[in-house]
Amino acid sequence: MHIMYFTEQPMSAYPAEEGLKFGATALMFPNRFFDPVAGSRLYNEFIEQYKLAEAVGFDGIMLNEHHNAPFCMQAKANIFASILAAITERVKIVILGNPLPLAENPVRLAEELAMIDMISKGRLVSGFVRGGGQEQLAAGVNPAYNRERFEEAHDLIIRAWTQEGPFRWEGTHYQHRVVNPWAVPLQKPHPRVWIPGVISKETVLWAARHRYPYIALNTTVEQTLRIWELYDRTAEDVGFRGGPEYHGYLKQVHVGETDEKAIENARQFTWMQGEFTGLAHPVWSTPAGYSSPENRRGFVEFSTGRGSSPRRRPTFEEQLENNMIIAGRPETVIRKLREVITATRPGILSLWANDGFMSQADSMTCIRLMGQEVLPAIRETAKELDLKSPFEAETPVGIGFSDDLAPRAAAAAE
Amino acid sequence: MAVAWTRTQPQAGGVALRLDRAGSGPPLLVLHHDIGSLERLPAYDALSQHFDVLLPQHPGYGHSERPEWMRSVRDLAVLYRGLLADLGVGRPILLGLGFGGWISAEMATMAPRDTERLVLVGAMGIKPPAGDILDQALVSHIDYARAGFHDGAAFDALYGAEPSTDQLVEWDLCREMNFRIAWKPYMYSATLPHLLGAMRAPALVVWGEHDAVVPRSAGEVYAARLPDARLEVVAASGHCVEMERPAELVRLVTTFCNRG
Repeated sequence: MHIMYFTEQPMSAYPAEEGLKFGATALMFPNRFFDPVAGSRLYNEFIEQYKLAEAVGFDGIMLNEHHNAPFCMQAKANIFASILAAITERVKIVILGNPLPLAENPVRLAEELAMIDMISKGRLVSGFVRGGGQEQLAAGVNPAYNRERFEEAHDLIIRAWTQEGPFRWEGTHYQHRVVNPWAVPLQKPHPRVWIPGVISKETVLWAARHRYPYIALNTTVEQTLRIWELYDRTAEDVGFRGGPEYHGYLKQVHVGETDEKAIENARQFTWMQGEFTGLAHPVWSTPAGYSSPENRRGFVEFSTGRGSSPRRRPTFEEQLENNMIIAGRPETVIRKLREVITATRPGILSLWANDGFMSQADSMTCIRLMGQEVLPAIRETAKELDLKSPFEAETPVGIGFSDDLAPRAAAAAE
Repeated sequence: MAVAWTRTQPQAGGVALRLDRAGSGPPLLVLHHDIGSLERLPAYDALSQHFDVLLPQHPGYGHSERPEWMRSVRDLAVLYRGLLADLGVGRPILLGLGFGGWISAEMATMAPRDTERLVLVGAMGIKPPAGDILDQALVSHIDYARAGFHDGAAFDALYGAEPSTDQLVEWDLCREMNFRIAWKPYMYSATLPHLLGAMRAPALVVWGEHDAVVPRSAGEVYAARLPDARLEVVAASGHCVEMERPAELVRLVTTFCNRG
């Protein structure tokens, strides 16, 4: 099993009452409430967290990015990936992910990622995402072409990584006279690509068709199992067997010296409603054309307050009860995490260990206790359950580099 | 008196459109807003007493199919020029409402001799020298549609105080098509003002006194750049003059076209 450390890098030092007064903490919440003095301190605290995570035995550090909001301070995941490439020695640098549609020049992105891969001596895992709805608005990128841009930028990046230049790219959304980057990845044929997601069925299908592991972001056990079922069924159609090495799971898990202390801290997971989006006007998080047409009716009802959010989460107590949030002293966390792992069988596990206003001292304690007690126990469980990571299983990096495919349709025809 | 509208599904640009038509007289092409259009409006019926009214639903809006290839409002204008040619309609009067005003201004400039009259009502299409065109991407479907009205009661009377979910879905489809063809720059063309001088026919620029969607400064640019144009401000109306002050708009159009 591959176990990662994750923090959203929360900008906790903002006046929360102003967010409540404004009615939103994303996109349009004025940036005069951002304090660069606190920002400087926090960025450096996150660096300390990452260093400790490596020191105590995490396999990877997961990074992401968001814009115009306090819930995530990373405006460019590649910047922290670059820092980690230089200051860490062993951990995988797992970007989940670069929002491809936001890129006006995917070749530039291919170059940046290749540099990170070389500087880190081949430790990059390059995830790609569509980006949240409001990220499209923050970047001024047309939400109606989000998925088309995602797919085309992906194709261009993989080609820039794996095919010798110069070549020309005349696509629908991207045109490049000359693609010939003098920075290519160290890892061959290219760095691993993992695809995180929340609710879009299309993304699960797309990931499975490309043979990329899918990382379920903080979904319930039931949602997660439905995702695996869809993924594995699609994998079978394509010609490979799904399973743990293609299944990743991000969980909110906080460890403290005592259950009481950990649970009190874990309340911070409901900070910003415990979502990736902060508190936003629903119209911002689902601009027209961004979601699947089949979700259109649900989203317009939600946007007028008639329907509940498709991403709605239960209360903190309910989330603790059903293991959506896991918090406690190490023994408690190990027991609960084992339940979840046994039920969902992931080969990649990301621990979202802190959020909101948790202090740096408590965050560091959490990371230390995870390393000392939780990780060894979970590795034991993973071994018992035969949950291998893509590295352990040595899976191909993608469909185009697979020589073991047995598509179901072809098999039936024989 | 009930007006007899006929409905056809002509092809244009590879997709089937919905076209409603009624009345007789000179051809009048009515181009609807970026929020689509209700099926029937008193203004449409009244205009059909004076004109051969052609009322298409834009491709990608309402019940007209979406042309996946379309990328600009100018594409849409060319498509409508082709549709008129197919229908054998020459020298139409163009009546453009809001977003439809932008389409009709493009149509007029690309075929100046094939335009009888141009009427722009709160037309988008030009970057306002003062203020900005209201950005629908940041407000809810209902709030955006309401912003077109000075008098909320007029909105309630037409759409209901709580518009149906079907209406919301339709607005979302319209919104998606707006984004597909007018996302950036948002709801204007940087080149259109330089082309307006080619216009030959007289133009009437109508603006609701309280238009909160398109600043009147854009109307002043239209009136100044079109060679033979005047600006008419309609009191007690927002952006959607045809829905808030239908009789006044019909009077302005018929008088301007010598059909009153």
